Amino acid sequence: MIQLTHLQKLEAEAIHIIREVAATCENPVLLYSIGKDSAVLLHLVMKAFAPGKPPFPLLHVDTTWKFREMIAFRDARIAELGLELIVHTNEEGRAAGVNLFASGSRLHTDVMKTQALRQALDKYKFDAAFGGARRDEERSRAKERIFSMRSPEHRWDPKSQRPEPWRLFNTRKRPGESFRVFPLSNWTEADVWDYVALEKIPVVPLYFAKPRPVVARDGMLIMRDDERMALRAGEEIEMRSVRFRTLGCYPLTGAVESNASTLSGIIAEMRSSRVSERQGRLIDHDGGASMEQKKQEGYF
Amino acid sequence: MNAPLNLPAADIFPIAAPAALLRFITCGSVDDGKSTLIGRLLYDTGAVPDDQLASLHADSRRFGTQGDALDLALLVDGLAAEREQGITIDVAYRYFSTPRRAFIVADTPGHEQYTRNMATGASGADLAIILVDARKGVLAQTRRHSFIVSMVGVRRVVVAINKMDLVGFDEGVFTAIANSYRAATRHLGFEQIVFIPVSALRGDNIASLSADTPWYRGRALIDYLETVDVSALAADPASLRMPVQWVNRPNAHFRGFSGTIALGAAHVGQDVKILPSGRRTRIASIVTALGEDSSAQQDEAVTLVLEDEVDASRGDVIVSAQDEAPVARVFDGRLLWMSERAASGQGLIVQQGMTTANAALSIRTQIDVNTFAEQPTDSLPVNGIGRVRIRSEKPLVLATYSQDRTLGAFTLIDRLTNETVALGVIDEVNPADLPQGHAAVARKAPDLWRRLLAPADSSSETLAEALSWRIVSALIVTLLAAVATQTAWIALLAGAADFALRLVLRAAHRDAFKRATALRQVDPEQNADGGGI
Ligand SMILES: Nc1nc2c(ncn2[C@@H]2O[C@H](COP(=O)(O)OP(=O)(O)OP(=O)(O)O)[C@@H](O)[C@H]2O)c(=O)[nH]1
Ligand SMILES: [Mg+2]
Repeated sequence: MIQLTHLQKLEAEAIHIIREVAATCENPVLLYSIGKDSAVLLHLVMKAFAPGKPPFPLLHVDTTWKFREMIAFRDARIAELGLELIVHTNEEGRAAGVNLFASGSRLHTDVMKTQALRQALDKYKFDAAFGGARRDEERSRAKERIFSMRSPEHRWDPKSQRPEPWRLFNTRKRPGESFRVFPLSNWTEADVWDYVALEKIPVVPLYFAKPRPVVARDGMLIMRDDERMALRAGEEIEMRSVRFRTLGCYPLTGAVESNASTLSGIIAEMRSSRVSERQGRLIDHDGGASMEQKKQEGYF
Repeated sequence: MNAPLNLPAADIFPIAAPAALLRFITCGSVDDGKSTLIGRLLYDTGAVPDDQLASLHADSRRFGTQGDALDLALLVDGLAAEREQGITIDVAYRYFSTPRRAFIVADTPGHEQYTRNMATGASGADLAIILVDARKGVLAQTRRHSFIVSMVGVRRVVVAINKMDLVGFDEGVFTAIANSYRAATRHLGFEQIVFIPVSALRGDNIASLSADTPWYRGRALIDYLETVDVSALAADPASLRMPVQWVNRPNAHFRGFSGTIALGAAHVGQDVKILPSGRRTRIASIVTALGEDSSAQQDEAVTLVLEDEVDASRGDVIVSAQDEAPVARVFDGRLLWMSERAASGQGLIVQQGMTTANAALSIRTQIDVNTFAEQPTDSLPVNGIGRVRIRSEKPLVLATYSQDRTLGAFTLIDRLTNETVALGVIDEVNPADLPQGHAAVARKAPDLWRRLLAPADSSSETLAEALSWRIVSALIVTLLAAVATQTAWIALLAGAADFALRLVLRAAHRDAFKRATALRQVDPEQNADGGGI
């Protein structure tokens, strides 16, 4: 008997988890955040239900600050696959003029991401939401179950997580409770890129190096994606060859200088890199346990 | 199409040789150094990026147990409560790789209170590293964890005798602990126990052999982990077991049964049957992750299309035609009770394979983790391990855990609170001394009727068998007629009539039975199961 490869095992495990949700939850949704993890998740979801289509919609929580190329990629990809996409924005937040540069990353993340996500989940009464988060991303994620139970208030309680032995997922819940489900829990960043290469999965061009207009600010290279980013005194826009290791809201996502314009190039760069992928994310840096805190408040 | 596809055709990516994956856990008593050891493994294999290392330095000063030195356990103890108390509460999964292998490691908590989290980590492991503090030796918790590890089928253990730096790297201490561990776990059925003297804190015998243990003849831990063979016994390639997870019916033209192959392999044309019904058919096609395929192997997530319009739903199991997997309601097993509330046996749901059912639990003995002796009892405390009998309200496709890691495993869920209260393994299906529990009797009766009235099931009868007894019968009639009438043509006619009439009557019987039972085909408990809510 030929052993399944490492990636084949991860793939089978993820497909099993995805189908388990379809079989036991009433109203699932796929949180599609356009990045590479979402790309892999979407690919796996397509496989899990082939030759049919996924029996649930996709949801994108649009903070209005995503890179324009992300939105273009999203729309092209959804049209190509013929899927149903729900785009949700926290309209009260938008009306209140929560401006990332003015109000800061903390308020922005809370209002435009966490609150927005909760609004959308409540509005459509989703009882299970797939996310592409991986345990290797962050140390509180490393502690999270694959089927992560949330209270009716969307809170995560890290101290009372259900045991999850073998493949026996306990998907029972009471009205109002829901699950965040993470099929890529056991994947690493390297696995994701290896799989993207192996399966030829389309990803947003921002992952590949190209000369882009960037501003050096707070120790990061921020790409000026639109005019909402006003230049501070002494700041200058430079064209530099950069790419992104993770994708989020453009003012919060640092670019890395790179010439890697091919998949093999970025995989080689990742393997020799000495910093973690989330280093380029501003929101992760407000204090040690901050991700755990955000998750308890309902963040993904 | 304007989708920005970013794969230059010439960008041929050199995929590394598919490294085998090793899933292992660290376990053992409180503070023996499990998290520190994993931190050390991550650190020594270069899996800790610089930015995490920088925060580790800061964290070590703030929460660390090692003064100003690095506290590697903080790489793994990721919850705020864990860092404040310097203990592990829940399992952490971490990932690292060397040029030779990829690893998924689960760091489990040592405190007895969190035993269920330890068991969760153990259930998927190929190998366990059991830590022992060299100053303390084998403790009750070391035995409990060893028992759980053995119960969930881990056959290879590494006993890392840790904190050797605190006992002057004394060979005598090492040998004494190794001997006492061996003696303590003699009956647990481990295939291989490897003892390694280590200091997780300093890194001795982890990535390379230590100069402080010149007496140690074995290998360094990472070297061992990279090369240990944990491949499961290859299942008979003619066998197949696939619990149906989800029925894929995207349109009127396609009906497939999705699931993960638990045992053996599937191939197009294979004769299969569906349990519990026993209906036989053949695999018409296989949709795998790669598209359509002519075969698929164990652990692959597939969709099987069957030749006949057979009825199968979530929880049924598609098995190879000759598979003897029993369909039963009662089984004996061992379990770990994980709830703060004592096991009452009431209001429980058993979850097994891809199905759930109401179940009654009777506890027979509790197993003492120190002596492994068994005491008769009818209740189990939290973290108690015991032998039990479980009666399911509906028939399940069962197997013993030693033969089948999927169908042989189960959990119990409290019907009221939805809490997962126990995890266990099946030791015996349909045990002989079945006491006449009412659930079993009440539900057996209609089954008995059905079996007596049911037509001989062609699906459980091979063509050769069917023909042979009909030919024998026809021959006997021919012979009797020949004796009675002494006329050859009458005798032959009688024989032929017997043969033909039997076929006609059989078809009529079959039809009548089908009509009579048609309305009962839907198992009422299926509804209770399907929703999962
Ligand atoms: N001297 C010495 N100290 C060690 C060694 N390994 C671990 N320690 C210390 O022992 C203490 C407990 O270590 P942990 O790694 O947190 O122990 P643990 O087994 O993970 O504990 P729990 O998960 O809470 O059961 C810490 O203060 C470690 O620094 C070692 O090899 N030598
Ligand atoms: Mg620990």
